[in-house]
Amino acid sequence: MKRIVFGWRTFIATLREIFDEAAYARYLSRAGRKSSCAAYAAFRQEFEEAKMRRPKCC
Amino acid sequence: MNKTLVRLAWGLVALLGAAAVAVIAGQRGEPINALWLVVAATCCYSLGYRFYSKFIAVKILALDGLRATPAERLENGRDFLVTNKWVVFGHHFAAIAGPGPLVGPVLAAQFGYLPGTMWVLAGAVFAGCVQDFVILLFSVRRDGKSLTEMAKDEIGRVGGFVAYVAVISILIILLGVAALIVVNALKASPWGTFTIAMTMPIAVLMGVYLRRIRPGKVLEVSALGFVLVLAAIWGGQYVSQNPALAAVFTFSAPTLAILIMVYGFAASALPVWLLLAPRDYLSTFVKLGTIALLAVGIVALHPTLHMPALTRFVDGTGPVFAGKIFPFAFITIACGAISGFHALISSGTTPKLIARETQTRMVGYGAMMAESAVAVMAIIAACVMQPGIYFAINSPAGIVGQAPATAAATISSWGFPVTAADMQTLAHAVGEQTLYNRTGGAPAFAVGMAHIFSHSLGGETLMALWYHFAIMFEALFILTILDAGTRVARFMVQDALGHVYEPLGRTSWYPSILGTSALIVGAWGYFLWQGVKDPLGGINSLWPLFGIANQLLATVALCVATTIIIKMHRAKYAAVTLVPLAWLVAVTFTASWYKMFDANPRVGFLAQARALAAGPATGATARLIFNNRLDAVVTGVLVVMVTLVLVESLRQWWGILSGAREARVKEAPFVRTRLVEEQG
Repeated sequence: MKRIVFGWRTFIATLREIFDEAAYARYLSRAGRKSSCAAYAAFRQEFEEAKMRRPKCC
Repeated sequence: MNKTLVRLAWGLVALLGAAAVAVIAGQRGEPINALWLVVAATCCYSLGYRFYSKFIAVKILALDGLRATPAERLENGRDFLVTNKWVVFGHHFAAIAGPGPLVGPVLAAQFGYLPGTMWVLAGAVFAGCVQDFVILLFSVRRDGKSLTEMAKDEIGRVGGFVAYVAVISILIILLGVAALIVVNALKASPWGTFTIAMTMPIAVLMGVYLRRIRPGKVLEVSALGFVLVLAAIWGGQYVSQNPALAAVFTFSAPTLAILIMVYGFAASALPVWLLLAPRDYLSTFVKLGTIALLAVGIVALHPTLHMPALTRFVDGTGPVFAGKIFPFAFITIACGAISGFHALISSGTTPKLIARETQTRMVGYGAMMAESAVAVMAIIAACVMQPGIYFAINSPAGIVGQAPATAAATISSWGFPVTAADMQTLAHAVGEQTLYNRTGGAPAFAVGMAHIFSHSLGGETLMALWYHFAIMFEALFILTILDAGTRVARFMVQDALGHVYEPLGRTSWYPSILGTSALIVGAWGYFLWQGVKDPLGGINSLWPLFGIANQLLATVALCVATTIIIKMHRAKYAAVTLVPLAWLVAVTFTASWYKMFDANPRVGFLAQARALAAGPATGATARLIFNNRLDAVVTGVLVVMVTLVLVESLRQWWGILSGAREARVKEAPFVRTRLVEEQG
């Protein structure tokens, strides 16, 4: 049972990382802010250029 | 006792794998079940990972779990971040899995299922996985440096410059080919075009939801967007059945090409994250879901492969693309076996997330195995069709003729029976007016995927919906690659131009953004336009060009890897990268030679230019002649540059092995990890 729970949590953590939810959570923690429209806009602004430079494979 | 059991189990895996490969390779004249490919792949990957990657990890790389990685030493909560190994695996796989492992194997299926399957399995285990693994580890030991930086540090300035030019060239050719695949999939298809058009308002809606309603809830909004996309696919059938609406969404290939170029420019030059970021998430969501669904579908249906093991086209006369099995099968399939582009990902984001050196094996070698498995699924999807149907979809009008009856008769005369009525029935079943001359691989893959899905989930009545789901899936994530690739190339050009004139390097200076975006879109748009206007369908010229460029980048990556291995005093094991390197040099240089100088106009660029010059002179002919000469020059320039890297690498190896040169690797200094202590 423990293994199933661990596997499910890891799966969700992977999806949260791929879909940048984890990056947003880290941003909130680093900036000491609560989630809001303004905080998300600021996160996108900071995050976008770095993400744009990442190549995606063919 | 336990050890004996484990050995016995691995012995059984080896025997089962050998039996499956023997069935795949030995069967002639009778169709085989796709499960043999699945069993062979599972056994090969398991053995490769358990034994070969462990050998490399222990004997050559000497992975050190006590050495702090850049994610730990340079952690900043943004680029550098200690991350769970499975999360990094998922992230890495999502970055390396693109349309390549789907399209290449579908095109190479013209040789039969055997060459592609063997190359995908052997290429991945002995070359592609090895390249991704060693480049990832070497980048981890160099603070996450990129391939171009490592090439400059370890081989010399020539290596760095060539890697840079190769990356830009590959991006441009790749984007041109990718755009051509979308054009060929959507031309004269109101259903497909409507579905893709609808992803734009859906993405804007997702953007508004993300920004205004539930900030940051990306997974939630992606699931919502996915449901809306499914609704758009459902609605597409009514658009295609309504003459007035169908006319609005029916475009010719040149019109679609212009629309895609405008899209690429806007995506690169304008601040349109409201559209692009949600589309990127939606595309990733659909991609991961579809790959998982396809795997389940193949295992559930375990379909029969109707394509023979080898077709008559191994002699080089294939209609999909011209050229003999060697070297063309090996440049047509890149991403499923070995892809130079992966070295960019392995030396990009991923090394900055790795918590322990020991995890590079699972992430680098393992993720490439998963990518290779996607290529096996693509081979199965292409080969479940009747061969006559496969060739009718993938052959250009210039080869089989424009009229359905002529095309069917030509293909049947090759020994692959198909009738115009069969094609009409199939087109009707998938909701299209015609499926002839749909070159590029995407429509053939969509038909195969729809066949698998409709036979395992939902029955024949859902064939049209599954086909358009597959087309949407491919077009959506190719368009995502187009906009992401254009931006990446734009940043690279701006970085380089910044050394010439500082303001040009500023990513916020609009004249520079507009100019470099126009330059990049103009470059790939030129290749796209060339493909659209090519009477042989474009794929015949452009896919081999892309394959050559991609494999030449892998050659550069393997030169870097071999140089570092020799500098690490592991020369006696250098064969692990040297053998794939030698193979790639043989493949790419031979293919380049054929593409430039072969006397057959369908193969050689210059021969085709000469053949066109001998015919009536028109404006269109002059352009085709120029295009062929340009393609020959591009191929030649790439080969010359990679030759320079090879010569420079050989000089390094000779100098080190003869003692004339000091073997000094440029790694970050050893720092003991604190993660072990923290974990107790």
